[in-house]
Amino acid sequence: MQDNTHTALQNLILQIADNELIMGHRNSEWTGIGPIIEEDIAFASIAQDQVGQAWNLFQLLEKEFGMADPDQVAFTRNEKDFKSSHFVEMPIGEYDFSLVRHYFFDTAQLLRFEGLSQSSFDPLAKLARKFHGEIKYHVFHAQTWMKQLAEGNEVSKARMQTAIHEAFAAALGMFESVPDEQLLIDQHIFEGEESLKNKWMQLVGSQLITWGYELPSNVAPVLGGGKGYHTEYLQPLLDEMGEVFRLDPSAEW
Amino acid sequence: MNILSLDPRINRIQIDADTENPQAILNELENWPTYEVFHQKKRGTQHEHVGIVHAPSPELALAFAKEQFARRGETVNLWVVKSEHVMATEYADADVFATTPEKTFRDPAAYSVKDKIDQWVAKQKNHAG
Repeated sequence: MQDNTHTALQNLILQIADNELIMGHRNSEWTGIGPIIEEDIAFASIAQDQVGQAWNLFQLLEKEFGMADPDQVAFTRNEKDFKSSHFVEMPIGEYDFSLVRHYFFDTAQLLRFEGLSQSSFDPLAKLARKFHGEIKYHVFHAQTWMKQLAEGNEVSKARMQTAIHEAFAAALGMFESVPDEQLLIDQHIFEGEESLKNKWMQLVGSQLITWGYELPSNVAPVLGGGKGYHTEYLQPLLDEMGEVFRLDPSAEW
Repeated sequence: MNILSLDPRINRIQIDADTENPQAILNELENWPTYEVFHQKKRGTQHEHVGIVHAPSPELALAFAKEQFARRGETVNLWVVKSEHVMATEYADADVFATTPEKTFRDPAAYSVKDKIDQWVAKQKNHAG
């Protein structure tokens, strides 16, 4: 693999891993305070899956790209080195927002990893196939809630609709291309963010309308996370996430 | 004033510490119904009853059952059945089962079938010989 293709691929995997890690950490903030115990446990498990997927991707980066071990990469990097989107950094808000974000995020991940399971870069294709069952459940959980609350009552539907409008622009920011993405597309390593975004828009659009929600239109994506420009919400999250690790970075867990 | 906790998640959601007027009280009909959960470990084996979940719909009952009862070990299939759809005997009528343990003639162990099998096997051998 040529150097610039290698770098582009490393950046792509790191960006996917960071999005999973930050999303998983954010979602884990509901643990213990979820709306009811069954949902609390389900949402905590989903968060755990996401952190686990990030860990698998960091391991891949260590093995194939010579990066530091997953704990170092996750807990000791500076904010500007994170490639997570603004979408996953945003606070958990009320449960309606967190559910809508969960639906938008995991639908994107389902499509992303379905594509990557055909990647010509075999280690990534293998991981993508491994994640498929977990993400299928995440999407089932998210879709069931989206439908349930659309059919609930006026309050539940209105709150979900507001959350959809609040989340949409940032959600589009999930599809931020890494530099030299075209090299990855040419070599059938990755289909590209534009292709993914189109698939996502089509799927999410048709589902929201089927459930009776309105689809936001003419929304410009909120980009920048992939380039290291973050919201005010990321640094406090990183401080909290790495707090215990930094007490003794050499500790054996 | 908000409830202060050592857990940052509790502080983050800013729960009003006013216990005289708690923020949310469930009315009687706002509780979700329960669903009985049945778990199958391997294809072809029987589903076993493992417990209940509260859920607002059968689909969400399945989503919850997966995490309550299938988060460890092997699973190939789950069933959920609304608890109110289960028809059950009354414990007061348990006397209908009272004499069953005495009916040992219904236990497979009560049949002296081993002798008959041995005889049959011997007979087959003789025929073959």
